[in-house]
Amino acid sequence: MGLKEKLHNIKGKVKGTKWQTMFGAVHTLFYTPNEITHSGGHIKGADDLKRLMTNVIIPLIPVLIFAMFNVGFQQNIAINGYQEGMSFFSGEFWNFDNFLIGAIKLVPLLLVSYVVGLGIEIIFATINNHEVEEGYFVSGMLVPLIIPIDTPLWMLAVAVAFGVVIGKEVFGGTGMNILNPALTIRAFLFFAYPTWMSGDKVWVAGAKERANEIVAGANLDAISGETILGSLAQGKEFAYSTWDMFFGFIPGSVGETSALLILLAGLYLIFTKVGSWRIMLSAVIGSLVMGLIFNAVVDAGIISETSKFYGLMSTEFWHHLLLGGLAFGIVFMATDPVTGSQTNKGKWIYGFLIGFISVLIRVFNPAYPEGVMLAILLMNVFAPTIDHYIVRGNVKRRLKRLKAKTA
Amino acid sequence: MSQDIRIKKGLDIKLKGESEKITENAISSNVYTLKPEDFHSIIPKLSVKVGAKVKAGEPVFYNKANEDMKFPSPVSGELIDIIRGEKRKILAVKIQADSEQQYADFGVKDSKSMKADEVKSHLLAAGCWPFIMQRPYAVIADPAKTPKAIFISAYASAPLAANYDYVLAGKENELQAAVTALSKLTSGVVHVSVGKKSNSPLTSLSDVTLHKVSGPHPSGNVGTQIAKIDPVNKGEVVWTIAPQDLVIIGELLLTGKFNAERIIALAGSFVTAPKYYKTKIGSSISSIVEGKLNEGNSRIISGNVLTGTTQNLKGVLGYYNNMVTVIPEGDDYEFFGWTMPVFKKISTSRALTFSWLFPNKKFDLNTNTNGEQRAFVVTGNYEEVFPLDIYPMQLLKACMYKDLDEMEQLGMYEVAPEDFALTEFVCVSKQPHQETIRKGLDLMLKEIG
Repeated sequence: MGLKEKLHNIKGKVKGTKWQTMFGAVHTLFYTPNEITHSGGHIKGADDLKRLMTNVIIPLIPVLIFAMFNVGFQQNIAINGYQEGMSFFSGEFWNFDNFLIGAIKLVPLLLVSYVVGLGIEIIFATINNHEVEEGYFVSGMLVPLIIPIDTPLWMLAVAVAFGVVIGKEVFGGTGMNILNPALTIRAFLFFAYPTWMSGDKVWVAGAKERANEIVAGANLDAISGETILGSLAQGKEFAYSTWDMFFGFIPGSVGETSALLILLAGLYLIFTKVGSWRIMLSAVIGSLVMGLIFNAVVDAGIISETSKFYGLMSTEFWHHLLLGGLAFGIVFMATDPVTGSQTNKGKWIYGFLIGFISVLIRVFNPAYPEGVMLAILLMNVFAPTIDHYIVRGNVKRRLKRLKAKTA
Repeated sequence: MSQDIRIKKGLDIKLKGESEKITENAISSNVYTLKPEDFHSIIPKLSVKVGAKVKAGEPVFYNKANEDMKFPSPVSGELIDIIRGEKRKILAVKIQADSEQQYADFGVKDSKSMKADEVKSHLLAAGCWPFIMQRPYAVIADPAKTPKAIFISAYASAPLAANYDYVLAGKENELQAAVTALSKLTSGVVHVSVGKKSNSPLTSLSDVTLHKVSGPHPSGNVGTQIAKIDPVNKGEVVWTIAPQDLVIIGELLLTGKFNAERIIALAGSFVTAPKYYKTKIGSSISSIVEGKLNEGNSRIISGNVLTGTTQNLKGVLGYYNNMVTVIPEGDDYEFFGWTMPVFKKISTSRALTFSWLFPNKKFDLNTNTNGEQRAFVVTGNYEEVFPLDIYPMQLLKACMYKDLDEMEQLGMYEVAPEDFALTEFVCVSKQPHQETIRKGLDLMLKEIG
C-alpha cells in the first residue's frame, strides 16, 4: 500500500475528530486533495493559494541565502576592516565562514518564527474547525528577514505570538486581516523593545555582546553596527559605495540589504503575476518623487547644512531605494493582496503613497529612520478607504447612466 | 445601425474533444423527462395526472404564480411517473413517448401581422414562453413587463460550445419568423450578435440590430453583450433568448407545432468521436452518449463545462442546453500538486504553471478543484477575465453578506451566474462564485422583486 492510500485511509479515520485540521494540513502538503467540483463550473484553474504563496517564497530563498553570507560578512568587516570596491562575486563575501556565522544566527530565527506562528495558526484552525490557511507560509519567512540579526529568540517568539493573534486571528485569519502580519510583528518589536530595534548595536551580529564584554572590562575593539540610514540621520559620513548598497554588502535588517536580489525578486513576482506591478511601480515612483522634492529643497538652499535633516534630505533621490528596507518593503510587504488596496486604480494610489510617505518619515523622523514599516502599516489602514472611493466611482457611473436615461 | 463589440478581458479555455461538424440522429429516447429545477424560481403545478395522454406541445405543468405560463411536453405520449422530493416537491415528470408522434395544433401564424398581445398569448399558450429569460435576476421573463430590448447571442465562445453557425444553418425562415414576432414585444430593438467572421444565418435577418463580436470568452455570453450595448439599469428589464430556442418558436409560428427537436453537440475529451446529434429536449442522457464514451470515471455535463449541470446516464438533457460535455472526473490525489511545475492544466498566473507558453494548446482538464476552498486573498485576477464594468469581488462579497443596497449599487441587476463562470475558474481561493451570485439574485428577487 502506497503513501497515497495510507494517508487516504487515515483521512477517513480522523474525519470529524479534532485531529482533522492538523492532519489535513499535513496531508494537503503531500497531496493536492481529491476534491471535485460540486457547484458552478466543472473545471478549475491550476492555481490554489498554496501555489501562489510558495511562489512568493521562491524569490525569498536567494535573499535568505544572501542574508546568511552578509551576516557573517558584516561581522568580519566590523572586526577586520573593510575592503572597498568588491565585485558581486567576491570571495571575500561568498565564503563558508561567513555563511556559517549567518546560518547559526538565522536558522534559529526562522525556526522560531515558523514554529510559533504556524503553531498558533493550527490551534486557531482547530478551534474554529477550518483548514490551516497558507498565509503564514510567507509571513513566517518574511519575519526573520526584516528584523535585526541579534534579536533574541524569546523576543521574536513573543512578537510572533502577538502579531499572529492580534494582527490576524482576531479578524478571522488569512484574508480577513487589516494589517500586514509580518509588519505587525516587526512593529511590536520596534515599539516594545526600542533599544533592540534601532541604534548602532543590533545590526551586526555580536555587536551587543561585544559591547557588554567591553563594559565588563574585556580588552576588545567595539563593533560599530550602524546602518547607513542611522548614520545619515545623525549627519555622519559612511564608507559604502553605491555598488555596495546595490549589491547589499551593508548592515541592516537581515534580508533588506541586497537591492539587486530584491529587484530580481520583484521582477519574478511581476512576471508570475503573483505580485502587483501596479503597487510596486507606483511605490517606486512615489519614493522617487519625494526624494526629488527633498533634493530640490536642498538645491534651492532652503535648508542649511547644519540642519539635522540635511544628511537624509541631500541623499540623492534614487539612493533611497537602495537604503534600508524600502525596496524589500515595496516588493514583499506592500504587495500583500489582503492588506493592500484591492482595486486596480486603488493600487496606484496605495503604492504611490507608500513610497512617498516612507521617504517622508525617513527624512523627518531621525528617531525612526525606517519609515517603510510605518508607511505600509499606515496605508494598510487606509487601503479600504481608498477602495471605498474607487468603488463609489463605479457606483456613481452606474447612477449617472440611469439619470441620463430618465432625463 | 451596427455596433461591433470587441473585448480584451477574458479567457479562452481550449479543451480537447471539440465536436466534428457531422450531424447524426441520436437514438430516440423512450422516456422524456421534464425537470422543474431547469426553470429557476418557478413553482410547478401539474396540469395532467399520471396515466394521462399528452400531445407534443400540450402543457404538463404550469407556473403557480402565473397560470398562463405553461410548460409543454416535448413529445406525445403517456405521463408515466412523477418523482417527488421533500415536501412533495416535484423533481421530474416522465413521459413515455408514442411511437407515432402527434402534435398539438396551435395554428399557423403570420408573425408580421401579429400584435404584441397576440404574440404573448400565443407563446404562453404553446409553451414557448419559458425560452425567454430576463435580466435582472436571470429567470424566465415576466410576461407582464415590456423589455427595453431583447438580446440574442449567436456567438458561442464557451469551451467546446456548439457552433451556432453550424447548428442553425438552413433555419433562416424559422429564425426570421421568431425575431419578427419578438420584435413586437419590446419597446426597443432586438439585438443579435454573431461572431466576427461568421456566416451565421442570423446575419441576413431583418427587424434586428446586428452586432459582430470578437475577443475571448465571455464575448459570446449574452451578459457581456448587454453590458457593451445597452446595460440594464435599475428598473429596466431586458430579455434574452438562445438561438436554438428561436428555431422552436419560429417553427411554432410557421407550422403551428411545438417541435422540441434540436441539434446538440456531444463534446469533451472523454467522448470517443465528438459530433453533433439531432435529439429532443428532455431526452435521456443515455440515449445521447451510450456507447460513445471512453472507459473510466467520467463527469457527464448537460451544457458546457463552465455553466452546465452534472448528470449521469439516467440524467436528462437540460431544457436550455444544446450540448453535452463529458470530461474525466478528477477524484484523485496529486503528489505535491501545489508546488510541482504544471504543464497540463490552464492557469492565468505563471507561478510554475506553463500554460502561457502554449496559447494554442488544447488541454484535457478534469473536475479536480486543484486545491481547497479559502477566504478571498488574491486580488486583481478576476478583473483580468471579467469584461463588465463591475467590481466582481466586491459584488460577490456583497452577496455573501446579503447587503441588498450594495448589491444593487454594484450592478447586481446586470449579471447572471454565468457571467461569473470565468472568475470562478481562475479563483485561487476556489470560491463558488456562480452559486453565490445565484443566491444573491434569488434574495433580491424575493426581497425587491
